[in-house]
Amino acid sequence: MNWGSIGEFFAMGGYGWYVWGSYAVTIVLIAAELVLVAARHRNTLRLTKNGSQANRR
Amino acid sequence: MNWFRYSSPQTFYPLAGKMVPWFLAAAAVLAVYGLYVGFFVAPTDFQQGESYRIIFIHVPAAWMSMFIYVVMAFWAGIGLAFNTRLSSMMATALAPTGALMTFIALWTGSLWGRPTWGTWWVWDARLTSELILLFLYFGFMSLQAAIDEPRRADKAGAVLALVGVVNVPIIYFSVQWWNTLHQGASVSLTKSPTMAATMLTGMLVMALAFWMYSIAASLIRVRAIILERERNSDWVKTL
Amino acid sequence: MNPGLLSTTCAVASRDVLLALRNKSDVANTLLFFVIVASLFPLSVGPEPALLRTMGPGVLWVAALLASMLGLGRLLAADYADGTLEQIALAPQPLGALITAKIAAHWLTSGLPLVLIAPLLGLQYDLAGEALSILLVSLLLGTPVLSLLGAIGAALTLGLRAANVLVPLLVLPLTVPVLIFGAGAVDAAAAGLSAAPHLSLLAALLALAVFFAPWAAAAAVRIALE
Repeated sequence: MNWGSIGEFFAMGGYGWYVWGSYAVTIVLIAAELVLVAARHRNTLRLTKNGSQANRR
Repeated sequence: MNWFRYSSPQTFYPLAGKMVPWFLAAAAVLAVYGLYVGFFVAPTDFQQGESYRIIFIHVPAAWMSMFIYVVMAFWAGIGLAFNTRLSSMMATALAPTGALMTFIALWTGSLWGRPTWGTWWVWDARLTSELILLFLYFGFMSLQAAIDEPRRADKAGAVLALVGVVNVPIIYFSVQWWNTLHQGASVSLTKSPTMAATMLTGMLVMALAFWMYSIAASLIRVRAIILERERNSDWVKTL
Repeated sequence: MNPGLLSTTCAVASRDVLLALRNKSDVANTLLFFVIVASLFPLSVGPEPALLRTMGPGVLWVAALLASMLGLGRLLAADYADGTLEQIALAPQPLGALITAKIAAHWLTSGLPLVLIAPLLGLQYDLAGEALSILLVSLLLGTPVLSLLGAIGAALTLGLRAANVLVPLLVLPLTVPVLIFGAGAVDAAAAGLSAAPHLSLLAALLALAVFFAPWAAAAAVRIALE
């Protein structure tokens, strides 16, 4: 085990901002991509459904 | 099994839908394991201290950024050569994920360079090439966005991607040349001393995790693109 | 009657040169842009000769790059708009050869003037004689590559609204090797070293571009004409 305490883990030997800045931005961007792309799919699905229903009326 | 059965948007759409959860799960499991190895098994680096742990994102993202560009150019080329719509849709779907990987590589590279060499940006050969790769991705996406007619956008993008993929080795070589000319003592982000086996394991597992994630994200996006492009066909209307 | 390849390419090239000579202002604008951009840098960084001598090769090369990008609007857009390009594409001669002819004519009227005026601008940056002649040679080898790569960008964006801004975005990343070897050659000469390696790499890039770029541009033109 590398870390004596949770404090040490977050401090990352003084490089905390750099390490966690990297990981945080990465996680945020990946989450954002997933959310956006899933929303795009959902919206398109909704629009195609509405379109075809409108034609049937 | 006839794989070509899945080369039409109509048959690929449900297949992709089934594959997405598996790839997301694989990505999650690999990421958890990779980060565990990276943070709790791999030791502290002698020269760089804990800052080197950024490598577990930086290198996988950089690898994926280059790999996705090649795959994107491949599918675009198939779409151009064989006039297949789905191949071109896949290329279009891959681009944003590839660009994201490139950006992550640049961002983490910058944050790694700051404590190591004191500046927020290092004109290292690899980082500079990554920056140009980001421009190539943006060019591809901008070109496709600027063309209204979908098949023209597919084919034009394919020509651009193929020209790009041929150029990337040339660009990389020229940037390496430039870098060695202008920096006497070569400081390279990737020239860290021989990596401990655990560090390498962590990096490789994370690379696999990023790969699985990229596939999942691109599959979701290609499903959206299929619906957008095929919205007037019968099978979409019955969804 | 099927005119030969050589006579057709000469006809296409001479037509373009003639059109350029009749619209001298178009040609002059590219040159003027080059001169103005080269003059802006000292205004922004100060007149210190040592600094300008260091920056000179890079600045002149980037200015040449940007001026080439600007000039690409002349290459294919007008012919596309009035249907001439379609006729050219329908010709029995290979489209790649005819596009090469157009690129050659375009370079003669846009690129070559840049090459010839560059040493004068180099004097503004206090570059020495050896560096000036290498500047000329490097631009002589490099500007055709810029035209060839630019033609691909111009062909891909035919008829698009935002073509003017899009072409540089598409083409400039591809021109990075030309910039590195071109500016590097002049830097080497200014430092008293041999520019031969840089120039030979530039020549290699030119050979590659001459082989592959017309082919890619022809494919892009056909895509635009569909």
